Amino acid sequence: MAYSEKVLDHYENPRNVGSLDVNDPNVGTGLVGAPACGDVMKLQLRVNDQGVIEDAKFKTFGCGSAIASSSLATEWIKGMTVDQAMAVKNTQIVEELNLPPVKIHCSVLAEDAIKSAIEDYKKKQGARGGKDQVA
Amino acid sequence: MAIKLPIYMDNHATTPLDPRVLDAMLPYLRDNFGNAASRSHAFGWAAEKASEDAREQVAALIGASGKEIVWTSGATESDNLALKGAAEFHKDKGNHIVTAQTEHKAVLDTCKRLEKEGFQVTYLPVAEDGRVRPEAVAAALTDKTILVSVMLANNEIGTVNPVNEIGAVVKARGCLFHIDAVQGVGKIPFDVNAARADLVSLSAHKMYGPKGVGALYVRRKPRVRISAQIDGGGHERGMRSGTLNVPGIVGFGVAAEICRRELSVEGPRMLALRERLRQGLQSQISDTFVNGSMEHRLPGNLNISFAFIEGEAMLMALKDVAVSSGSACTSASLEPSYVLRALGVEEEMAHTSIRFGIGRFNTEEEVDFVIDLVARKVKKLREMSPLYEMAQAGIDIKSIQWAAH
Ligand SMILES: Cc1ncc(COP(=O)(O)O)c(C=O)c1O
Repeated sequence: MAYSEKVLDHYENPRNVGSLDVNDPNVGTGLVGAPACGDVMKLQLRVNDQGVIEDAKFKTFGCGSAIASSSLATEWIKGMTVDQAMAVKNTQIVEELNLPPVKIHCSVLAEDAIKSAIEDYKKKQGARGGKDQVA
Repeated sequence: MAIKLPIYMDNHATTPLDPRVLDAMLPYLRDNFGNAASRSHAFGWAAEKASEDAREQVAALIGASGKEIVWTSGATESDNLALKGAAEFHKDKGNHIVTAQTEHKAVLDTCKRLEKEGFQVTYLPVAEDGRVRPEAVAAALTDKTILVSVMLANNEIGTVNPVNEIGAVVKARGCLFHIDAVQGVGKIPFDVNAARADLVSLSAHKMYGPKGVGALYVRRKPRVRISAQIDGGGHERGMRSGTLNVPGIVGFGVAAEICRRELSVEGPRMLALRERLRQGLQSQISDTFVNGSMEHRLPGNLNISFAFIEGEAMLMALKDVAVSSGSACTSASLEPSYVLRALGVEEEMAHTSIRFGIGRFNTEEEVDFVIDLVARKVKKLREMSPLYEMAQAGIDIKSIQWAAH
C-alpha cells in the first residue's frame, strides 16, 4: 500500500506525542477505539482561561494512517477555541492526508478523540462549577 | 560486506529466483522454444525431454516417480484441481470433505465452492500450537468422507503438521489424502510414501524457482483418479490441458534438484539464522510472543507479536526490510489473520504480529541489522502507544470498557 507524503511525514515526525496530567482540571482526555480492532487513540488537550486550547498531545496504537490522523488533529486544534475544535470534521482530515477509503475509519477515530477529550474537559469544569461554562 | 537495502525477509510470500535456476531456464526462452506436444520435429522433442527431466527432478524431491507429476500453473491451480477433481470424480462414494481452519485460501475457498455444489466440509480447529491433531481428523471422518486435505506447513506461522500420522488415520478409513505441501517441500524432509499422500500440491516460486508454475502429485500405485478441471488438448494424461510452460518447468526442475541436494546443509543454516533472529529480538525487546509451535516449525519462519504496537505501523517503520503482518490493516477486510484467530490468539495480539521468512539468500549480517532496527523501532512506537503507557502504569487493558468496532 502506498502512503501519501503527508501521512509519511506525520508518521515519521509525529507532532505532539506525549501525555498531559490527567488530574489537571484544565486538561481533557479522550480515549477511543479498541485494542481488538487494531486502533486506540488517546488525545489530550489543555484549555486556558480564555477557552483556547493551548496544548494538545496524543498517543496512538494503530496503523500509520491512525498515527498521522491523530498527529494532525493535535496540530490543528492547538490555538483553536473549544467550540472550533468541536467542529473539526473527519472529512477535513481525510482530505488533508489523502486517506484512501479503507483508512477513513482512522479519521473518524481522530474526530471522536477530539470530541471525547473536550467532553471530558467540560465534565471536569462542570464538576468544579467551572470558570467557562460559556457554551 | 555492505548490506544492500531493502532486505528481503518475506520468503513465505515468494522466494527470489536462484541464479542457477535462471541459467538453466534461459535456453528455453531463446533457441529451445519448442512445444512439448509437437511430436514431429526436434524442437518438440527437445522441449518434451526437458519437461520429462524436470518431472524426475521434482518427483525425486518428494520420493515420487516422474509419471506421478502433473504440471500446473501454480499451487492455487493444484489445490483447485486436487479438491474439485477428487470431489467430482468420487461424488458417488460420498459428499464429505475434511480440512482445517488454518489452510491456505486456495484450499478454503475451493471448499466453500464445493459446499455450494452440495458437498459438506468440516473445517477442523487447530490446537493452540497451530497444528492439526490426527485424533481430530479421525473423529471427523464419516462413511461419507471422500477426501481429507491438510497442509504440510502453514504459510503464516510456519507450523508443521504431523502429516505422516494424519495420513495413517486417513488411509485406515480408505479416504483420499491431499497435502498442500507448498511451504514445506524443499525446506524440510517430505516423502509422499511416508505421508501416504494421494495428492500433493507444489509451487516453484516458493523454492527459488519461477512464478506461474506448479505441480500436482497424483499417486499411481494404487492409482488415484480425479476429474480434469481444464479441458482442451488432453495434455498431462488428460488431467490438465494446455501447452506446457517449458522454461518454467525446467526452472522448477532445477530448483527442486538444488533443494534436494542442499537440504541437509540449508536446513540447519536457516534454523541457525532464525534462532539468531529470535534470540536477538527477545533479548532486546520485552513483551514479545511467538505465535505457533516453536518445536514443529519451518526452520526459516518466525511469527512474533510485539505487544502494544500495531502491525502495519511496524511494517511502515521497517521500510528497509520486507516482511509481512497478520494485522487487519494490511488486508482489505479489517479482520486480523484468520490463522492467528484459529490458534486462539486474541485479536489485539493478532494485530501486533509480524512474520519474518528467512531464506536461502539471507545472511547473518542482515539478521543482525534487522534485530537492531526492530529493537529501535519498537522503542519508538511504544513511546507513542497508549496501551504501552497503560501497561507501564499497571492498568489492565482488559479492565477497560472499549467501544465496539
Ligand atoms: C500454503 C500455500 N498454498 C498455496 C499457495 C498458492 O501458490 P501459488 O502462488 O503457486 O498459486 C501458497 C502461496 O501463496 C501457499 O503458501
